[in-house]
Amino acid sequence: MTKTANKQVICKVLLDAGKKDENVMALCSDSRGSASFTEFARELPGQFIETGIAEQNLVSICAGLANCGKKPYAVSPACFLSTRSYEQCKIDVAYSDTNVKLIGISGGVSYGALGMSHHSAQDIAAMAAVPNMRVYLPSDRLQTECLMKALLRDEKPAYIRVGRNAVEDVYEEGCVPFEMDKATVVAPGTDIAIIACGEMVKPAADAAILLRGKGISAAVLDMYCIKPLDKEGIIKTAEHAKAVVTVEEHAPFGGLGSMVSQVISENCPKRVRNLSLPDAPVITGTSGEVFDYYGLNAENIAKVAEELLKDE
Amino acid sequence: MKNLKALAYKLREDVIDMIVEGKAGHIGGDMSVMEILTELYFDQMNIGPDNMEAPDRDRFILSKGHSVEAYYAVLAEKGFLDIKDVIARFSRFGSRYIGHPNNKLPGIEMNSGSLGHGLPVCVGMALAARTDGRNYRVYTVMGDGELAEGSVWEGAMAAGHYGLDNLCAVVDRNRLQISGNTEDVMGQEDLRERFRSFRWHVIDVADGNDIDQLKAAFEEAKRIKGRPTVLIANTVKGKGSPVMENKADWHHRVPSHEELKQIRKDLEERKEEALRD
Repeated sequence: MTKTANKQVICKVLLDAGKKDENVMALCSDSRGSASFTEFARELPGQFIETGIAEQNLVSICAGLANCGKKPYAVSPACFLSTRSYEQCKIDVAYSDTNVKLIGISGGVSYGALGMSHHSAQDIAAMAAVPNMRVYLPSDRLQTECLMKALLRDEKPAYIRVGRNAVEDVYEEGCVPFEMDKATVVAPGTDIAIIACGEMVKPAADAAILLRGKGISAAVLDMYCIKPLDKEGIIKTAEHAKAVVTVEEHAPFGGLGSMVSQVISENCPKRVRNLSLPDAPVITGTSGEVFDYYGLNAENIAKVAEELLKDE
Repeated sequence: MKNLKALAYKLREDVIDMIVEGKAGHIGGDMSVMEILTELYFDQMNIGPDNMEAPDRDRFILSKGHSVEAYYAVLAEKGFLDIKDVIARFSRFGSRYIGHPNNKLPGIEMNSGSLGHGLPVCVGMALAARTDGRNYRVYTVMGDGELAEGSVWEGAMAAGHYGLDNLCAVVDRNRLQISGNTEDVMGQEDLRERFRSFRWHVIDVADGNDIDQLKAAFEEAKRIKGRPTVLIANTVKGKGSPVMENKADWHHRVPSHEELKQIRKDLEERKEEALRD
């Protein structure tokens, strides 16, 4: 099983693109090492800008570059990029409609034991609330590559969150179903629908396998496109299921669970259980330990799904 | 109108009309910044309705976005907007003439309004010019109260670090902000030393409402190599009529009927005086 960190794929795609298009630029806030962008900075020094530890400046500089025809990618830890520079993202990027792509690396609880200052468990809610800001949480290296190539072709703002750690593949090399702004059906199913994003897609897919062993048919939807939210995809997957489970590496309010619940309650009402991080500073540990503690793993997703079905 | 001193007073009259009709506006800062905008748009920058798509146009951001009424007056005079339309619709329900600059309007590069954004965005523009080997210049105007925003100094640091001599910032140093004197609210002095320590070339413009002094300062800035330039333009808040001048409560205010009569009279007199120069 291949394990690659999604941020490494982002650097590779942008480096390839940057070699062909001098307008593609990467900017880091003393984060080139943690972002895996050292190679970009070394190979394309004329297209790389260091802003130092100044995330507000990072985002505003990107907006200025974009105004002048550049295609800047701000690559910085998601915790700082999404909240320290939130106003710059809102005004200089989204409101002014500049072609800036915000790459939040080491998102969610990637930094595990470093504490709440380094966790980005609010970024989906924060970014999705801004008009004209798109929000993407790709699940594995293959989907990340498809997404980045699609983003290189458009000229609109976007926030992309990826984790720090190497993640297992969800898809198969050479066979990656991907349509921009359409959720990907990872597994079809009729009893229960599991809707997940980012690094939670893999445990959701594994949960479906566990459930299948118990005779339960679980659909799994990879909602990498949080905004614009693929409402049709949600309805199509959920309308015939008896219940829905959402899974996200995010605080319980305003994220994937909230957004999916809005769609289901209006279009095909049924029970929806949101699995997420708590509304509290998370327990100290590696991200894997944190996920296990809060039940963000295949076993618990399957257990919750089973319980929901028993209630029906 | 080729006489820029007189033009600045004519544009102030447009601002007054806008604020009276729209029943809102940041009048004090509009008045203090008028010569700075006039000199930039009618003498310094290669910006106009005919070249707003040209990659080599100069770039401008009104970082003190609340002075948008002054900006609208200048943009209209420049041919971007219809002044009658602006006066009739400014601040009204559904109007596109919002109380802060918006880049859906012709002539406006970026949205502003939240303070401390203009300079960092200009750093990006100046870096783009350098990267592309283009010769355009990048200008921003900030308020002095605005300088309390930390993001200003992130931008100042980067501009100094990268030696952006194609970047010129102006501080509209009218010494008043909404709560009172800047030095009482949050001290700025010594502003010159602050910018110098960030590796900027500093020009102190003794009278920032004097077109000739501003022109000389902008020309000097163009000659400076290897570092960005800031003009500390010592202006008068509410400039144009003693009714408003140097009074903090005219930060945003709609003149009464009596005040309006006096302000119009004072502006007309100063315009006539400028025309005689």
